[in-house]
Amino acid sequence: MSSVTTRLACKPGDYKSDLKPIWCPGCGDYHVLMSFTRAFAKLGLPPEQITVVSGIGCSSRIPAYTSCYGFHGVHGRSLALAAGLKVTRPDLTVVVASGDGDGYSIGGNHFLHACRRNIDMTYVVMDNRIYGMTKGQPSPTTEPEFDTALTPGGTGVAPFHPLVVALASGANFIARCFSGQPNETADVLVEAIKHPGFSFVEILSPCVTFRPDEQDWKEQVRPAPVAATNDQGKAARRLMTDDGFNLGILYRGNRAPFQPAIGVSSIDLSELEKDFEL
Amino acid sequence: MTASPSISIAIIGSGGSGALTTVNFLLEVASSAGWHGLFTRTLGPQIRGGEAAGLLRLAVHPVDCPPDQFDLIIGIDWLNAHRFGAEIKAGPKTLVISDPRGGEPPPMVTQSGAHVVEIPMKEMAKSISGGRPNMIALGIASRLLGFTVEQMLAPIAKQLSGKGAAAIEASRAGIKAGFAAAAGIKLDVKLAAPSPSDARRWLLSGNEATALGAIRGGVRFAAAYPITPATEILEWLSPSLAKVGGILLQAEDELAAINMIIGSSYGGTPALTATSGPGLSLMIEAIGLATASEIPIVVVDVMRGGPSTGIPTKSEQTDLNIAIYGLHGDAPHLVLAPQSVADCLFTTQWATYLAEALQTPAIVLSDQFMGQARAAIERPADVAFIGARAVATDMSSAYKRYALAPGGVSAMAIPGTPGGQYTADGLTHSEFGIPTSSAADHLAQLDKRRDKLERFNYGDHWASIEGSGELALITWGSLTGAAREAVGRAAADGVDVRVIAPRLLAPVQPERLAAALDGVKRILVVEQTHSGQFHRYLRAHYDLPAPVRAFHRPGPLPITAGEIHRAIMDWR
Ligand SMILES: Cc1ncc(C[n+]2csc(CCOP(=O)(O)OP(=O)(O)O)c2C)c(N)n1
Ligand code: SF4
Ligand SMILES: [Mg+2]
Repeated sequence: MSSVTTRLACKPGDYKSDLKPIWCPGCGDYHVLMSFTRAFAKLGLPPEQITVVSGIGCSSRIPAYTSCYGFHGVHGRSLALAAGLKVTRPDLTVVVASGDGDGYSIGGNHFLHACRRNIDMTYVVMDNRIYGMTKGQPSPTTEPEFDTALTPGGTGVAPFHPLVVALASGANFIARCFSGQPNETADVLVEAIKHPGFSFVEILSPCVTFRPDEQDWKEQVRPAPVAATNDQGKAARRLMTDDGFNLGILYRGNRAPFQPAIGVSSIDLSELEKDFEL
Repeated sequence: MTASPSISIAIIGSGGSGALTTVNFLLEVASSAGWHGLFTRTLGPQIRGGEAAGLLRLAVHPVDCPPDQFDLIIGIDWLNAHRFGAEIKAGPKTLVISDPRGGEPPPMVTQSGAHVVEIPMKEMAKSISGGRPNMIALGIASRLLGFTVEQMLAPIAKQLSGKGAAAIEASRAGIKAGFAAAAGIKLDVKLAAPSPSDARRWLLSGNEATALGAIRGGVRFAAAYPITPATEILEWLSPSLAKVGGILLQAEDELAAINMIIGSSYGGTPALTATSGPGLSLMIEAIGLATASEIPIVVVDVMRGGPSTGIPTKSEQTDLNIAIYGLHGDAPHLVLAPQSVADCLFTTQWATYLAEALQTPAIVLSDQFMGQARAAIERPADVAFIGARAVATDMSSAYKRYALAPGGVSAMAIPGTPGGQYTADGLTHSEFGIPTSSAADHLAQLDKRRDKLERFNYGDHWASIEGSGELALITWGSLTGAAREAVGRAAADGVDVRVIAPRLLAPVQPERLAAALDGVKRILVVEQTHSGQFHRYLRAHYDLPAPVRAFHRPGPLPITAGEIHRAIMDWR
């Protein structure tokens, strides 16, 4: 998060736009939006100091539903767009929103490098283990036996483990939340935004339309039994053995964020010409 | 012996022979003495080592194209030199200096009728402590071109200053020995003296000129993924941007690079990426995003032989189609092309200015030939094109990011501005930026983005137009130099040709071209493609009021003035 003058007495409603979401009734993403606005209000950031960047998908529709600056870009590239924004505008608070298809499939390479680069931003992936927007195809987190029209009988391919990938790639903060718990999620988002460097928050966010079975998640999730660690080895063991339903902050690293110097110009442009003068 | 306005020299050697360094010294010295020059290199396929040839043209006038034939060829050794044969043309007037221990000159040279003189450069170097054959070659070239040993030593002493007096002494001895060995050898041409000028002299590559133009135009952020032949743009930009308070990020791929620069520009910092064909292909989707969301960006494509991986180290003009038509949907944007090393500076600066003024992507089509050539030029004049976008500051009424303003350009709110919050979107949107599929909004925003480009007054920079003959030669990009030279020769043959080279390829300028073509009887289109992309583009967008012939062929060999001259003389 950037050090900006905070305004007191901000209400979550101050961070909501008038736009009516296109989401299906009951979609988990409504609660994620609620967590966003609550977290922003708790942080007391002026909405114009926040930019929400996303790709394409149901989940990626979130920027325009906030009253912040937003960028709804192309599928899978939100982290790259956000990197260019944040390094040139370190004064802004940058939150990136994505889905499991947008973030882990088409955008998978950028996920690795965003973790590695460790620019100060917060990356929220609304994982519903399905491509919602395109009406129900499997994503990299879909169970192998999950039956879809595109993959009758399931993909037969095991899902990957985004939190482990994030840790191995250098993310500086790793947490898991459940959309059905918007207050707890907002608290984690506050911590994620405040934590220096690249913060990764996976939010289990059910797709009621194409994954009605995910309604059961509310019974399956539980607070993680142990507190966050800053030890990568311990975190690796915990994340590798975790069943995907432990909630809370799971890892808090202490890598220094990447932020090259910007805006400090010591020379006149004509000095650049010296390279070419004989 | 007659004084010629230009002279051309090739120095060939295997990896580590220093052939390229030698040519660079010659260029530096000639440039300091007031000549213009162009230095291109040709390398074998090895990553490092292997054979290399430095090709140099010196002249009393600006040099923007390769020679038809070389006046002097020095073979330190000829290992695999046949690979360059087609590019290093010799003729009966060519003088070839060959080391008898360096193998046989290739048939292209021996069968040309060139005069071959043997000088044992390697052996001579051995007799000097720390001596190197390329310094012998430099001494030979110095004498034949009319330079002194002392003139050569100045840049060498500068470059070797870290290596101690012994290294400089070894070079001096080498140059002297070569100089002495060239006594009595005659070169058929003598380079005319340069006209006196107190202009400041620059030595730079087209890629460096491109990078400087970008910074002058206002670029302060660059993100890119390395690719031949664009990488030198990035390597010069990286430290230079840092000096002026900017940043260069090496992206994980071109998809990231293009999105990074969109993010930077959205945040208010003008931004650029540089790539070549394969990278441009990956960037296309996001260039469409910048078009739709009206984010200014500059994308430099240093074209190389295609398709696919093609010929990375050789030039072509075959990315014209993708640059103009590659985007899906109706996506008007700017496409510009510099015409020479020096013009890379102007055109990139202008492109940055236009992108910012029109809030749209500008694709700059440079190419390997001018991008990687090093030219000795007079310092280009400063121009006033400094990017300044319309920024929204007055938020007293509800802010419309995509307001249907007259002229089509709407003021852009920069994040951090209270009351200006909007979501930039690739989805079809209303004036407020709100996603919509309404037919009226779709049409209004399509019109807006078209009109802002079409109604803008681009002025005379849109093309360079010279001459008034009834034959019009239409070309573009780095071929402009060869075309001008060909037209000069045709004039000497009594044939007047006008040259029209558009610098602005999109949006098209039909009225301006019509004016430029007024009174023509024949049109010759010249381009370096296999399929005639430029010819088709002209046919699609312009009225060509006279019979047309097209001269086009693919790379890897550069198109010479001689070829174009023949095409002119055949079409009279
Ligand atoms: C380049 C490209 N390919 C494919 C699509 C189609 N598409 C849109 S959203 C999407 C998947 C979204 O899945 P996810 O990120 O999980 O988001 P969700 O809708 O589930 O929230 C796909 C494949 C696209 N918009 N762009
Ligand atoms: S399809 Fe699924 S993810 Fe998309 S809005 Fe509907 S419930 Fe939500
Ligand atoms: Mg999904």
